[in-house]
Amino acid sequence: MTAPFELSDDSVVVVIGTGAGGGVLANELAQKGVKVVALEAGGRYLPEDYINDEWESFGQLAWLDPRTTSGDWRVAKDFSGLPAWIVKAVGGTTTHWAGASLRFQDHEWKAATTYGNVQGASLLDWPIDAEEMAPWYDLAEKKLNVTRTNGNPGLPGSNNYKVFAAGAKALGYENFHTGRMAINSTENHDRLMCQQTGFCFQGCKWGAKWSSAYTDIPEGEATGNLEVREKAHALRIEHGPDGKVNGVVYADADGNEHKQMARIVAVAGNSFESPRLLLNSASSMYPDGLSNSSGQVGRNYMRHLTGSVYGVFDKPVKMWRGTTMAGIMQDEAKHDPSRGFVGGYELETLSLGLPFMAAFLDPGAWGREFTSALDQYENMAGMWIVGEDMPQETNRVTLNHDVTDQFGMPVANVHYSDHANDRAMREHAYKQGQAMYDAVGATRTLPTPPYPSTHNLGTNRMSENPRDGVVNRWGQSHDIDNLFVSDGSQFTTGAAENPTLTIVALAIRQADHISRELSAGNL
Amino acid sequence: MTKTIAGPRGLTRRQLLARATAAGASFVVGAGYVAATDAAWATEMNAMKPDSFATLVQLARDIYPHDRIPDENYVVAVKGYDTPQEVDATEAGIEMLNAAARGRGYGSYLDIGWERDRVDLLRSIEDSDFFQKIRGGLVTGLYNQKAVWPIFGYEGESFSQGGYLYRGFDDIAWL
Repeated sequence: MTAPFELSDDSVVVVIGTGAGGGVLANELAQKGVKVVALEAGGRYLPEDYINDEWESFGQLAWLDPRTTSGDWRVAKDFSGLPAWIVKAVGGTTTHWAGASLRFQDHEWKAATTYGNVQGASLLDWPIDAEEMAPWYDLAEKKLNVTRTNGNPGLPGSNNYKVFAAGAKALGYENFHTGRMAINSTENHDRLMCQQTGFCFQGCKWGAKWSSAYTDIPEGEATGNLEVREKAHALRIEHGPDGKVNGVVYADADGNEHKQMARIVAVAGNSFESPRLLLNSASSMYPDGLSNSSGQVGRNYMRHLTGSVYGVFDKPVKMWRGTTMAGIMQDEAKHDPSRGFVGGYELETLSLGLPFMAAFLDPGAWGREFTSALDQYENMAGMWIVGEDMPQETNRVTLNHDVTDQFGMPVANVHYSDHANDRAMREHAYKQGQAMYDAVGATRTLPTPPYPSTHNLGTNRMSENPRDGVVNRWGQSHDIDNLFVSDGSQFTTGAAENPTLTIVALAIRQADHISRELSAGNL
Repeated sequence: MTKTIAGPRGLTRRQLLARATAAGASFVVGAGYVAATDAAWATEMNAMKPDSFATLVQLARDIYPHDRIPDENYVVAVKGYDTPQEVDATEAGIEMLNAAARGRGYGSYLDIGWERDRVDLLRSIEDSDFFQKIRGGLVTGLYNQKAVWPIFGYEGESFSQGGYLYRGFDDIAWL
């Protein structure tokens, strides 16, 4: 049961995007009786539609609209038009994510205070902390049915995990396990349990992994308070003479423009599209874009420092069998500056199928050094580095007026250069990851460069002081009361953890805030 | 359309083509031993010079050499260049390769007997648009062929078989 709302209905909350931020916010508001129109640029795909073939799935789900890149990151050279691997579909990147659901460590909410002055970094403390977020994390873990929380058992360990764990143990690490995963380890929440099929990145055909596409979205629609408008690509947010936003102009599947009036607008289009939309909404009243009096819209783009390590062994591993992210080692996630950098990193198992391994193992490489590694694909184990990268004002999303998308709108240019802290941390992580595999008999290890980003964070950051960021502690614009940011772009800093659980927790909290403010007549 | 020259087994290339087309078999052509399915080759021969195509197949193997992958998969990987839209640019790129080979005292790229020497030549032109186009195309053109996956041990999708929960996701025995 969907609820069709009129374009002229200015009592609705318009949520732009239906992923971890927007999808959850839309459902949570609908559950509280708030009427919501969710605009989703992509189409709707459900488990029966997902394709367990890497390139074919990429064509089905990935956001492939044009973007440009600059900066010294290798992605700008190897994948100049594809800075991110994220999804354009109902459910957003929750269709693609691997399911790792980790809370921030307490100190990570206070990065500036904890890490001190880091030259060239625009570190800031979040205006919220671990204590405040704890109950929202509880709700998020329940919603996602995270393993090793709420009495859920952990997932069983795959071959890839067993190699990883043996290496961790050999190095004396203590804190490693099969992860806190938003993947059912038992059948519940009306979802099947994990069948260890692989292809978590391509959408879970069992529905065992949480995705808003087949949980929050239909739950919200069932209330009659949520209408999801598919293939509705937001072009700009408009405002009235009072400076408040009053609606969103979007293009439908045929390219025709419509304006959905709104009482509140919440932006959740990922850290490229959200700032791009605010910048593309510039007006005579807001010549630098919406919510940009600080000049911070688009700045402080973070992506986790990332990188992978693959180990080649003399016997088969078959890492593709089972969950893509099959385990985690957390001993290096702490803040310990004696390692030569601030912040920390997680190591998490990862596998790619042969087609994507060929594309991502060493982009641009050719010849026998490359092919002799691929020849050992069956004998490879893999892990991914997820570390806190430093926010930098100059790492930013801007409008590229020389390149326009299918609707004639300037595209996002994504500029990123590593901070010295990022490089030091990545080198440390490569060394430790290679040592883990060496310890269990690897004959060759491959420190693999970062892929196009999936953890895109920080381009509309949250700040106590309106001068320092774009939104306040509720994700509410410092400049415009009825404009919210609901995705990872509101992150003040990135922490070392995969961001989805925190995005979900913030969205649940934001929905609570918005509904209370609506009831109180403040919005 | 096709040149008539002696093939490795004493047949003319035209005869080889005719035989392959008739028999639906793979066949041998050019200075390298290029195995192709008949239909693919017969179509290709209409657009690209056989020597150029043989050079292209050798180039593909030199870029991504896998000794256990037969030529036919390399043929499939580059057959998309044998179209009216692509053929001129591709022939020009092949001629660049051959000119570079002549500059090194060989008759053509295919006359360079050792992979080591071909790779050395390729390193000198690897930044060219032609090389990068061929290399980039091979990433999907070669490795996304389901036919080559078993050579690497890769099993592809498993959903249709119920995943690996009861089929060896944790069967590692050597640790």
